[in-house]
Amino acid sequence: MLAWTIYLSFAGALIEALLPKSKPVLARGFALAVAIAGLVLAVLGFAGMAGQGRFVIADVPWVPAMGIRYTLAADGISLVLVLLTGLAAIAGILFSWNIDLRTNEFFAFYLALIGGVYGVFLSADLFLLFVFYEIAIVPKYFLIAIWGSTRREYGAMKLALYSFVGSAMVLIGLLAAYTTAGSRSTGLTELAHAGLAPGFQMWAFPLVFVGFGILAGMWPFHTWAPTGHVAAPTAASMLLAGVVMKLGAYGCLRVAMGLFPRGMDPWGFSLIGIGSWRDVFALLAVIGIVYGALVALVQSDFKFVIGYSSVSHMGFVLLGLMTLNQIGLTGAVLQMFSHGIIAGLLFAIVGRVVYERTHTRQLAELEGMHLSKRLPFAAWAFVIAGTASMGLPGFSGFIAEFQVIVGSWRVNPWWTVATGVGIVIGVAYTWRALQKAFFGDGHAAAHVHEHGHELAAITWPEVAGVSMLVAASLFVGLYPRILLNAIEPAVRAMLAGGGQ
Amino acid sequence: MNYADLLRVTMPETALEVAALLVLLVDLGVLRKSGLRLRIAASATLGMLGCGVALMAIPFQAQSGLHAADQLLLTAGGSAAVAQVGILGLTVFTLLLLFDTTFTRHVGEFVAITLMSATGGMLIAAAQDLLVIFIGLELLSLGLYVLTAFAKGSGKSAEAAIKYYLFGGMSAAFLLFGFSYLYGITGSTNLDEIMRATYGSNAVNATPLLMVALVMIAAGLGFKIAAVPFHLWAPDTYEGAPAPAAAFIASVSKVASFALLISIGTAALHVFGDAHLIRFMIVSAGRLPRYIGFAAPWSFALTILAVASMVLGNLAALAQTSVRRLLAYSAIAHAGYMLLALAYFSRSPVSAQAVLYYILTYGLTAIGAFAVVGVVERVNGSDQIDAFAGLHRRNPILAGVMLVLFLSLAGIPPLVGFWAKFNLFTAVLEVAKGSVPFGLVALAVGMSAVSLYYYLQVLKRAFVVPTLDDRRIAVHPVTLTALLLITLGVVMAGCFPAILQGWMQQFYS
Repeated sequence: MLAWTIYLSFAGALIEALLPKSKPVLARGFALAVAIAGLVLAVLGFAGMAGQGRFVIADVPWVPAMGIRYTLAADGISLVLVLLTGLAAIAGILFSWNIDLRTNEFFAFYLALIGGVYGVFLSADLFLLFVFYEIAIVPKYFLIAIWGSTRREYGAMKLALYSFVGSAMVLIGLLAAYTTAGSRSTGLTELAHAGLAPGFQMWAFPLVFVGFGILAGMWPFHTWAPTGHVAAPTAASMLLAGVVMKLGAYGCLRVAMGLFPRGMDPWGFSLIGIGSWRDVFALLAVIGIVYGALVALVQSDFKFVIGYSSVSHMGFVLLGLMTLNQIGLTGAVLQMFSHGIIAGLLFAIVGRVVYERTHTRQLAELEGMHLSKRLPFAAWAFVIAGTASMGLPGFSGFIAEFQVIVGSWRVNPWWTVATGVGIVIGVAYTWRALQKAFFGDGHAAAHVHEHGHELAAITWPEVAGVSMLVAASLFVGLYPRILLNAIEPAVRAMLAGGGQ
Repeated sequence: MNYADLLRVTMPETALEVAALLVLLVDLGVLRKSGLRLRIAASATLGMLGCGVALMAIPFQAQSGLHAADQLLLTAGGSAAVAQVGILGLTVFTLLLLFDTTFTRHVGEFVAITLMSATGGMLIAAAQDLLVIFIGLELLSLGLYVLTAFAKGSGKSAEAAIKYYLFGGMSAAFLLFGFSYLYGITGSTNLDEIMRATYGSNAVNATPLLMVALVMIAAGLGFKIAAVPFHLWAPDTYEGAPAPAAAFIASVSKVASFALLISIGTAALHVFGDAHLIRFMIVSAGRLPRYIGFAAPWSFALTILAVASMVLGNLAALAQTSVRRLLAYSAIAHAGYMLLALAYFSRSPVSAQAVLYYILTYGLTAIGAFAVVGVVERVNGSDQIDAFAGLHRRNPILAGVMLVLFLSLAGIPPLVGFWAKFNLFTAVLEVAKGSVPFGLVALAVGMSAVSLYYYLQVLKRAFVVPTLDDRRIAVHPVTLTALLLITLGVVMAGCFPAILQGWMQQFYS
């Protein structure tokens, strides 16, 4: 049943492409219906399967001569991310309700991207996973290049090339693993049990990890993220931050760590405390957390603040992965979900609710606009989203980041100390942005009179979208067990045996 | 050998030749006074019928091939049959493009020469003897020179043809020179005999001469497949030739040449019991260690061509503003990938199948790409990238087709171009393990990441960049049908790759 999330999205994309251009309402309504159907399937799948461990959804031969099978399977980790995709997809459509340019094409690319994302999370065959992963690249390019804003063609091309270079690295790793294992199979489980030589894993692991890590916003390969997010239309930045970056992190976890676990073994020597690939990537993650937060602190463009905060928050995911212990990995997966929701919310407020009305994202200009009075809904939504993003208890981000920090403390307290600094800076940049954008001083009151026109009223899709995302973050924050019950067994299984 | 045997093996070729003559007869005799549309329709249809008959004849070829004095001249079945079917199918698609063109009034001649060229291609694909190979190559090439020059109203077409002809003539001379050395060293013109003899004492003593012969042959064949550094004709020819001729050069001629390379590779490895041996065929006879035999130095030469082609082809394509030249450089790059699989060739048909899979699907995609370029050029009078601006408004179907074809060329799954690449690189890595082949494959994968940039540049014009010119682009229904068929093929073969693989497999049993 879960497999239908994929087919439904692709079929929806195809139908959208064939819908008449002149009926944007139809295109929107149809896209929303498809996305809702996807979420319903995801929820049903989650409710029905969450406790069952790994289960296979579909398994048929695809290319028998090469041992490639069309295998879809899901465990707790996949289920949580599928759920996230369903939520993010609906939210993205709600916040692109006002797109009038080539509406049907927009939603066609959008649904194709969603279908690819569902596919990645559900694939249990490395080859299939790669196919879905690459399918997601092209729609991203067109979504940004056609409907984007600031330097959209540059941002779109940069994103497409970064993604493609990353997937080229993954493809090299895939080819190598497939031909080296000699098992004539590309199934993730089969490859994990193929007994790849440690020496091979030692170089395949960093190759594939970095390949996927590029899309997860890993420092120093994160530079596509801020430009891409800023250039993208709201829905696309929500998806980029909400689910596409998770594709990268999921690939790191499922493929790089799942297939090449020995690649994280110590090298046998250490240099300034770094003695394995694991240390290297943990260090990069910590740098990403602190660096992303510091850069976010000095941005003048509201959307860049959120873009860099995504880099910072994704650092937690990568750090959690590198802890290799139960609590850290669980935290990483939960952080994927949590950041997907919160980043989507932040981008929606900045890109849709504020920018579409004020037509500026410069904090200096927003400062004089008294948005807290003129757009109270946006202001309060951002206060909630900001506190959630800072990791205030009660929201999902707190549980996730707390677990990552606990996990990393057990491995290397120094990582945790640096991470703590990152969190403090995170509070600072969020408050700074909040203060400047919404609660600016009154000294520019004249400015308001100059542009005295009323800002357009908040529409129902915006209210619905914000409420949905806030509710999701709050619900998981207050009752994390609902996800943890699914994630924990899956993580335990991964740590225990052969990666998968 | 008697003529009955000859006919039994060359039935498809004969059918094509007869069709070519019929086309001439009908066009010049019966329809001389008729309108151009009717003449195009009649000639192309007759030509396609000829291809159809030839296709039917392929299963009935005598499977033993054609022998003369115990030596194999033409083989049948296996890779040769796959290539021949491919050549015929791609010729049909090329002829379909004719319906939408007006570059010539001499349609009958165009179709007839196309068919004769295709005959040459089919001969090459099956040839096992140096003389037959050379005759086939000349038959193919002479036709291509004429096809390139067919747009008499266009100076570019004539220029392209002259360049192509001069380069082609020279490379034919190189090839013949290499062949003559090979014959001199080994005393045979049969591929199998030659390969066996290169391990005999005569040949080992003549190793330097063998190297000269190899380099000459690599140069001659490198020209045909437009491998760097013998590629200089390709951009000019692709740019100047009429669209159907360019499509024919990019597809059929490539299939035939790669089929020839496959024959050589297969023959070279057939000598061994175990394919892995060839990597160690270095002996220290005299002072310098030297390779013996054909396979190892041949593979070395092909590797150099492969690396040069994929690097230069992809990098040069980045700088192109003409879509035809861009396609030419991308063709060079694709030839580079395939050369890699030919350099690391397997004794089992795995490599041969991977190369054929690649070249057949590439040929199909290239024909589609040239069809789109041809249509846009007819309307806008230019093949510059900017002429494609706003294509999605002017003709959404054409833009959609272009999206699929170019993404397939870039190797994005689930389109067929991706499977072709995956198949090819897997074949390389299965033949040879170690850091060198692995590094080469990594280079190839990296270079195909580069290629996405220039394909996206064209797609960006088609989908993103707005244009003031909003007039619809009309496409001839036949061209549209052909394009949709090609697109469907690219998507279906990509989603269900096992179908094409299974179909190829049956020729080898």
